[in-house]
Amino acid sequence: MSKKWFAAPYLLWSVGFIIIPLLMIFFYGLTDRSGAFTLENVVAILSPEHSKALVLSLLLSLASTVICLLLAYPLAMILNKHHLGRGSFIVFLFILPMWMNFLLRTLAWQTLLEKTGVINSVLSALHLPALDIINTPYAIVLGMVYNFLPFMVLPIYNVLVKIDENVINAARDLGANGVQTFFKIILPLSIPGVVSGITMVFVPAMTTFVISTLLGGSKILLIGNVIEQEFTQGNNWNLGSGLSLVLMVFILVSMAFVMKYDREGEGGMF
Amino acid sequence: MSHKLIDLSHISKSFDGEMVLDDLNLYIRENEFLTLLGPSGCGKTTTLRIMGGFEKPDQGKVIFDGQDITNLAPNKRQLNTVFQKYALFTHMTIAENIAFGLKIKNKSKEYIQDKIKYSLKLVNLEGYENRMPDSLSGGQQQRIAIARAIVNEPKVLLLDEPLGALDLKLRQDMQYELIRLKNELGITFVYVTHDQEEALTMSDTIVVMNQGYIQQVGTPENIYNEPENAFVADFIGESNILPSTMIHDKLVEILGARFECVDVGFGENKPVDVVVRPEDVVLTAPEEGTIEGVVTGLIFKGVHYEMDVMARGYEWLVHSTHMFPVGTKVGIRVDPFDIQIMNKPESEDEEAVTSNE
Repeated sequence: MSKKWFAAPYLLWSVGFIIIPLLMIFFYGLTDRSGAFTLENVVAILSPEHSKALVLSLLLSLASTVICLLLAYPLAMILNKHHLGRGSFIVFLFILPMWMNFLLRTLAWQTLLEKTGVINSVLSALHLPALDIINTPYAIVLGMVYNFLPFMVLPIYNVLVKIDENVINAARDLGANGVQTFFKIILPLSIPGVVSGITMVFVPAMTTFVISTLLGGSKILLIGNVIEQEFTQGNNWNLGSGLSLVLMVFILVSMAFVMKYDREGEGGMF
Repeated sequence: MSHKLIDLSHISKSFDGEMVLDDLNLYIRENEFLTLLGPSGCGKTTTLRIMGGFEKPDQGKVIFDGQDITNLAPNKRQLNTVFQKYALFTHMTIAENIAFGLKIKNKSKEYIQDKIKYSLKLVNLEGYENRMPDSLSGGQQQRIAIARAIVNEPKVLLLDEPLGALDLKLRQDMQYELIRLKNELGITFVYVTHDQEEALTMSDTIVVMNQGYIQQVGTPENIYNEPENAFVADFIGESNILPSTMIHDKLVEILGARFECVDVGFGENKPVDVVVRPEDVVLTAPEEGTIEGVVTGLIFKGVHYEMDVMARGYEWLVHSTHMFPVGTKVGIRVDPFDIQIMNKPESEDEEAVTSNE
């Protein structure tokens, strides 16, 4: 029975740092400055500037998730096919940037992409047209893809590694060619990795405000930026919390949608 | 007999510079149950994978029904494989697993349904269509793997240690099941195992392999009763391998005592190896035997007693239904036709083969 006490620190942690903060967000989000109940902060999402930020966030994070998936899947397959395991140099190269500070990496892209930055200096030296994407949504998507790509590669790689080589051989043995083997066997078996990859890219991309601040200039506001500004500049915790709640619900619904597809995919892909 | 269905000629294969198969020649006749038998690392699975198309030989040719299929992809070959650990598609139902090959070949729905029914009946798993592979026991999964392979009506079924993961009782049941299946389907089986009993029970032909070389090819009786070298004798069943001298035809000197035998043509006064199976060693009263010894170990094995008898500096392994307690003085006698004479290994290859086992 005494073993139950081992759980106590974790319980304290989750009460102190998960449950109470969450309740506070709910409290702030559903009250006004005087403490009276209101839905105003939540409904505020419908205002043109807020809903525009939410839609833009959604579009950009969807775009980055799709691009990450398209880049990561072939890469994970190559890593797996050539038995470039966890200890290999190439995997190491992919993980290495993750050890660098997230802010620094994003700042580096700012320097690279600036109008007079490294990339454009090189381009103009070669008499090529300048790359003018800093402070545009393209730069934000680039930053998201760059920062979150490893989170897509690793879960997909992990499921691919676990697929028994003989299962693939069996499909070949039963007459399937390479393409059929991929779509009927490899892809369906790797869906759990794809789902967790999507989750791990989509959620941070949806909530980020650092990437959009650094690479989007002050003109492009994502929902993350709006919420951040309510807390830091606007000093309106109630509105910030209300919008956070909306964002949270939004992410939960998106994830539920992905999970549902995953479960249907298990039997239905055949 | 029937013609050669698969002919492997001069096959060599190495992995990372390590020779796995060295100039292997082997043919498989139509409708034969052929077993590749050997310890792990002997090259038996590689041989099977070369037939299935999952490995390409460095040298040599694979001829299937008169056609060179050495470079043909696995999906283009008229043979199917039952893999070690079954390799079922865990995201599909049993019916979908079995239908996989047929759907690829665009067979009609009715045909596929009939085939699923027929194959499940054949492996005694009727009504399992909508189960998932993970919900089945090892033995059941194995049957599904077999069903999935045979619905495609291959000319040859390759089986890679298919019973390796099953417990003893189930393994024995499945052995009979496989023999029955083979007889019902009338197709050629190529079976890989390291279990000599399994090989002896099921095969028409056994190919004993070690270190990338074929040691002996023959019927189970042939392999068991007349092993060609010490490796085969040692690997197939238990045996006493005794360094001896062939005095002349039909007379051999074992451990200094002369035994009559039936072998001829080994020359005179030539060193040879003699194999005597433990069940062929007859224990008698001390004065009645050819040589004398003392029982040093006794274990009850169910059907028989297993005894160790120390005689003339060699510990003989004896199986007998008569029990002699430890310490008993006994005589050892061997009937002439139970003495199997083998040439001493001549080449270094064979030497390595024997000493490594």
